[in-house]
Formats: sequence, structure tokens, C-alpha cells
Amino acid sequence: MNAVDIVGVGCTPFGRYQDTTARGEAVRAIRIALADAGVEWGDIDFAVGGSMSAGSADTLVSDLGLTGVPFVNVFNGCATGSSSLATAVHAIASGAAELALVVGFDSHPRGAFAIRPEQMGLGQWYGTTGLAMTSQFFALKIQRYLYEHDLPPRLLTSVAAKAFRNGSRNPNAWRRKPLTEHDIDNSPMLSDPLRQYMLCSPGDGACALVLGAAQRAKRLRSDPVRVAATTVRTRRPGSFEVLSPSLSIQRGDSPTVEAARAAFELAGVGPADVAVAQLQDTDAGAEIIHLAETGLCAHGQQATLIDSGATEIDGTLPVNTDGGCLANGEPIGASGLRQIHENVLQLRGHAGDRQVPNRPRVAFSHVYGAPGLSGCTILTR
Amino acid sequence: MTTRPIDPAIMEWTEDRIALRGSRCARCGETDFPPQAACRRCGATETHTVRLPDRGVLWSWTIQRFPPPSPPYVPRSGEFEPFGLGYVELPGEVIVEALLTDADPAALRIGMPLRLIPFEVLSHCGERAITFAFAPETEGDRQ
Ligand SMILES: [Zn+2]
Repeated sequence: MNAVDIVGVGCTPFGRYQDTTARGEAVRAIRIALADAGVEWGDIDFAVGGSMSAGSADTLVSDLGLTGVPFVNVFNGCATGSSSLATAVHAIASGAAELALVVGFDSHPRGAFAIRPEQMGLGQWYGTTGLAMTSQFFALKIQRYLYEHDLPPRLLTSVAAKAFRNGSRNPNAWRRKPLTEHDIDNSPMLSDPLRQYMLCSPGDGACALVLGAAQRAKRLRSDPVRVAATTVRTRRPGSFEVLSPSLSIQRGDSPTVEAARAAFELAGVGPADVAVAQLQDTDAGAEIIHLAETGLCAHGQQATLIDSGATEIDGTLPVNTDGGCLANGEPIGASGLRQIHENVLQLRGHAGDRQVPNRPRVAFSHVYGAPGLSGCTILTR
Repeated sequence: MTTRPIDPAIMEWTEDRIALRGSRCARCGETDFPPQAACRRCGATETHTVRLPDRGVLWSWTIQRFPPPSPPYVPRSGEFEPFGLGYVELPGEVIVEALLTDADPAALRIGMPLRLIPFEVLSHCGERAITFAFAPETEGDRQ
């Protein structure tokens, strides 16, 4: 199997686009990633990408050049970026490709994601009566989690405040205004225990990566970042997933547990080696839950960890250093690649004002998406 | 009186009785709601429909404080009123997601006993229909 490195990254500012489009930004992100790698579009021999609602990734070739490149479209919910990355990694590892491009972009209207229950195998009654809401799932999951592990709801405020603090140091972030714990606690309660600033907003964004076989990568740049592992897992019986009219009485692990365990095994490193982590924080509760589901801490240990400042940029386990989904919003197709972009900058030591001290060696990223899948990626240098 | 169950596949409702319909797997015993033709745990297609218990305990809860996107949501009246919802553990069977009659955070706690009641809503075509909800066990008799 060929080792795979990331040799180029490109990310354009996230937000709500007025004078540009998600497709236009996707092309711009691709050009930035190609320039960062020092290659041309014509050098790319495999491409993969996805978007939920901004178009088919392969149609971007009309702006990039009709080179005949094999281009695969991926759609795996919020795990679209990671699943695209995994597809490119497999293509290079198998020897089918040498230089691959990965792109994710999206654009969503204001407000909560509108769900069409019948497309997910759910009866019409479910949406009609007001149960088809992703924000409800996040609230119900963290409510149960806080109860089971005896954790205080004030952690939700701490996580949100950190996200906006980190986002204020990220020139690409949508929300760049730091918010105090007071601001957050005074925002409207939307779905108990989650308040407005504890839930991310659907938004617009684009991000791209260039991946190369290790031999080729070495010739392209002196500081390639190694993809030590990338895994995708779907749910097993008993996990608690979004849009579930019922849950099994026999409880089980979420797909994150399995994806993370497999990633650590593949990479040959452990959670204790992680020096910077990006975790799916669709809401503040999700970051708390995912800290434990990924193995980065034990269940119930989050209060000690967060209160000690460990998850801050200068802490022992910095989490969501670019502000995460809370500060960047969630353009579904682009979100997972934003995490990879951030981890690459951190490993290169190019993260500017939000650089984790002592240039980290191992970076972890995690996404979770409907209707119950997770992707984990470990990068090393 | 033409009010009907919002979906006859998920519940039985007659004047004196409401019951949720679930399915049980003949191979592994998993209970699902609504009834499914194949088992979500083991994939077996030997499932049969069962009536689920009408008593349970609150497993998790939240309050929906803003109007959900519509469609698919059908508002129940002109002015939006926050509503409670949660997961209710039916002893030994399954944990079902349901509307709660209470929307007061002070009145809801995980582990509280609840009972199933019929609950009037509007269907997608705007007709009155009966869905199910859970009410505190201590409340007076059915509405
Ligand atoms: Zn079964």
C-alpha cells in the first residue's frame, strides 16, 4: 500500500455568500490548493468531492478544464468531506492514482435544516407532528448524556464561548466576534438545554485538498502531512441516531466509537498522542459527547478537562482551534474538509494567531452525520 | 366525528383504547416502533406486529421553542406554542419518541412515570387527526 500525504490545502471564508456562489468558491478553493501543492489541474489523475445542495462536484470541471479526469461524487451527510478524503486515500494507496484532488462545498438557506421524512423511510406523521428536527436530536442526546454522566449544563456555555473565542482568531470563520459566557447564557433557549449560540447554523463554504502518493509528495514539498488513517463507519444496533422514532432498549456504541478506535489502530497511535483535535460540534453538546466517544477522554471526565482549560488552544488537548461548526457554520459538504485544512495548518505550524504551541505532531479529526455515520482522520508529520 | 389516527400503521385508536403498534423479531427479540418488515438488529424478516405497553418512564426530553420548518410540520393553531417531546422507555420493549403534554422544564425529569394518551393534531391535508403523546402518570384521567 502506498503511503498518502496532503500536499496542498485551500479554504475560502465560510459564511453566507452574497456576491459569490458556493460553486465559485469551490473552484477558488481548488485553485488555492493546487497552487499550495505547486501542481496544475492537468496533473490531477483522480478527483472526488461532494455537496448536499450546491450541485454535483464533478461539474466543476467546466471551470477547471476538461482533462478527462475520473471524478467521483460523494454524498454521506455531514461525513461527506471525510468520506471523499477516504475515497481519494484509497485510490492513491491502491496505486490507482498518484495525485488526487478532494473538494467539498455547500450552501444552505437560513434556519433549521428542512427534513423530508419520507426520503428517509419515515412516515408522514413524523414530520407533520413536529418530530423531524435535527436540533431536537442534539438536545435529546446531550440531555440524556448530562444525566447519565452527572455533568453540569454549564459546560455547554464553556464550549460555545471557546468556539467563538477561537473563531475570532480565524480569518476564514463566519462568526468572528468573541461572545462571553454571559452573552451565551442570555441567548434564547431553542431546544432545552441548547440555546441559540450553542447550535451551529447552516451556512455556505468551500474547501479543497491535494493528496499525493508519498514518493511524489516528497518531491513537491518539504513539509508534507501524512494521512496516517482515515476511517468511515455506519451505525450498529443500539446507537442513538438522528430521526429515530424509536431506540433499541439494548443500548450500544455510536459509530464514532468504532470509527475512532479503527483510526487509532490503523495509525498506530493512541488518544494520548493527539496534540490537536477537531470534533463535530454541530451543537456544544456534541463536542462534549464526542470528546469521550472518540476516546480522547473518559465518559464523565469532560467537566474536569474543560474546567482545567485543557481544550483551549494553549491547553494539553486543544479542540476545534478554528472555531468549529459553531463559529464557522455548517456547509455540509465542506465541513469535514475544513477540519482537515485546520489540522494541516496546525501541523505545518502555519495557523497564525490560533497556532497550537510547540507545533503538534499528531492531529485528529472527527465528523458525524445523518443518519448515523462517522468519519475519523489522523494526520501526522 | 370523523377524527382518525394520523397513521393507522403506527397506532390503534378506538373510543376506549389507544395502543402503539410495534414489531418484534422472532429471531433475536428486538422490538421496533413503528412496525418494520425486517429487524433493525439482525436483519431477519420474521417479524410480527405487537401492541406496545401504554405506561413508561421518561428517558430524555426537550422543549421545541420555535416553529419547526413547515412543511413538513403542520402548525396546530395560529400562534406557535412551545411543545415538549422526548423519548419514553416502555419497560422491557423499546424507547419511543413522542410528544409530551408538558412543555414546562420544571415539570419534566428523566425517570418520571408517564402514560400514553391520544392527542389531537392536524394531518398534512389539514384535517383533524389523532396522534399519540405521553402525559404524567399522576394527571387526571384521559382528556
Ligand atoms: Zn432480530
